[in-house]
Amino acid sequence: MEQMIANGLYLGAQYAMIALGLTLIFALMNVLNFAHGQMYVIGGFVTYTFYGQLGLPFIVALLASCVTLAVLGALIEHFLFRPIIKRSSREESTMLLAAGVAFLLDAIILLVFGEKQRGVPKIINGVLNYDFRLIMPYDRILIFVLAILSIVTFISFMQFSKTGRALRALAQDRVAAQLMGVNVDRYSMIGFALGAMLAGLVGGLLVTITGINLGMGGPTSIKAFMMVMIGGAGVISGAIAGGFILGMMEAVGLALLFEYGDITYLLIFISLMIFLAIRPQGLMGKPWG
Amino acid sequence: MKNYFTLKQLVGVACFLFGIFVAVPLVINATGRWDFYYTLTSVALLAIASAGVWLTFYIGRINIGQGAFALIGAYVSAILVTKFGVSFWLALPLAGVFAAVVSILIGLPILRLRGVYFAMITLVLTQVVTLTALALPITNGAKGISSIPLPQSLSLFGITIIPDFSTMANTKLAFYLTACIVMVLCFAAMYRIVNSRLGHLCRSLQQNEELAASIGVNTAYLRIVVFAISSFLGGIGGALFGSIAQSVYPTSFQVADSINFMLNCFLGGLGYVFGPMLGTLVLYFGWDLLFEFGKYQMLVYSSLLIILILFLPNGLLSIRFKNSKDARK
Repeated sequence: MEQMIANGLYLGAQYAMIALGLTLIFALMNVLNFAHGQMYVIGGFVTYTFYGQLGLPFIVALLASCVTLAVLGALIEHFLFRPIIKRSSREESTMLLAAGVAFLLDAIILLVFGEKQRGVPKIINGVLNYDFRLIMPYDRILIFVLAILSIVTFISFMQFSKTGRALRALAQDRVAAQLMGVNVDRYSMIGFALGAMLAGLVGGLLVTITGINLGMGGPTSIKAFMMVMIGGAGVISGAIAGGFILGMMEAVGLALLFEYGDITYLLIFISLMIFLAIRPQGLMGKPWG
Repeated sequence: MKNYFTLKQLVGVACFLFGIFVAVPLVINATGRWDFYYTLTSVALLAIASAGVWLTFYIGRINIGQGAFALIGAYVSAILVTKFGVSFWLALPLAGVFAAVVSILIGLPILRLRGVYFAMITLVLTQVVTLTALALPITNGAKGISSIPLPQSLSLFGITIIPDFSTMANTKLAFYLTACIVMVLCFAAMYRIVNSRLGHLCRSLQQNEELAASIGVNTAYLRIVVFAISSFLGGIGGALFGSIAQSVYPTSFQVADSINFMLNCFLGGLGYVFGPMLGTLVLYFGWDLLFEFGKYQMLVYSSLLIILILFLPNGLLSIRFKNSKDARK
């Protein structure tokens, strides 16, 4: 039981970070970022290159992941999403563009990093063993703590900094924010970069445990969508709740139903559908997003 | 109905029919590129499924779950043909009907969702069906159902309408013609739906659901009907695809396929009935033609896709209709 809860919390912390980035981008620009999983994969590969291949300290590699993804996110927003949002007569076009960007990033990953599964050496060795009831490698605990720290930093950034306030205003009401003197274009770009950066950060953190490969992008995006749906699209607290709920369900399901293989995910999907039928806007979302 | 067609439209339709049924086989015969039959058959089948997606767009819902219904259709027809010995020509409509029934059951709760929520849940749906196919005993898990027999002959009152596919010299051509006939029928039906009372009601739903409901449109019923038709098309497309590949696996239709169905509609243009057909042709053929680029195929393909979206955000068919559209604004 303790093991299940610990696994759930550990998974939940990672998931929450992925969902945070996705929900931030959605809240600011009303874009469903299909490429989120691919951004996560790129983050993992950058950390792998810096930490695993060049032998630089892990923190430097993580920072490199963040910077790369932030720049990439800003460029994608500036050159692709902004013109589309301004010109298209339908807002669905952004979804098409997001899918196109996902394909493009997949192609870039394939060309730059190859298709092999990559892993890095452990950051710290050793396993925490509490009476054989709770077994947790130290590096997982470290990643968990780092993930929680990042989430706390992100929330306080959104809550207390000037940029964060502007981003929240933008998410609430774009026009009103503009009337209050918020530079909408600039903050959209910052928001998109921030969302992409979070994806990269998770990728960098997780490469130390699960490794990374090209095929992880799509499934990660789908999981992120599920978390966002559980919590409610465009709500930060919802994304965190969704992440932890999904992480917990997965940990418990995999522990209890491991004999049946993929049945856990099937049950999660079905319960999600029933849940959404009763509460379409998720736990904390605004009706009709 | 006759009066509603202009001469230009009739000529266009005649040219199109002549093109796909006469010109394409002649050209392929002349050049000897038999592999094009398979490509074009796939285009026709994917266009059928994309037409379904397009119809859900028509009521203002972004549907990324067509892969789910295509997979259901493929499995239903495969199981009927292999396990119960049902003729393929009966299994094909049954597959469509089964997909439609499933979509009604699923649609009742989820069609209340809108916008991104509906898009996300349909995306998840594709994953659910893939996992169900893996878990159920009748679908044979990850091994799938292989060596499905070719369609048998179909005779009505002793007259053979469709000969047995396995006795035919050229099954590729037979499948191509079948797929094209089904596609033409589907798109004719779509055109009819869009230009009927149902189509007008759908447009009212697309623009403003509350307003439509307030003037007495039964929105809940309409949504279900449209979603069922859409899934029926998906099921038909999937079932035909399974019979051509002669096998079905849980991975036959994945999330990526669902997204592709959506892209086909977007690219062709959401405002035009024949958009999905053109979109499928361009996307599928484009991917095939770019094979020459080797490992850069994906890069070139996605870059072209993005450029297309940037310069034609309202779809390929919007080039032709640009003038009339500006006039309306």
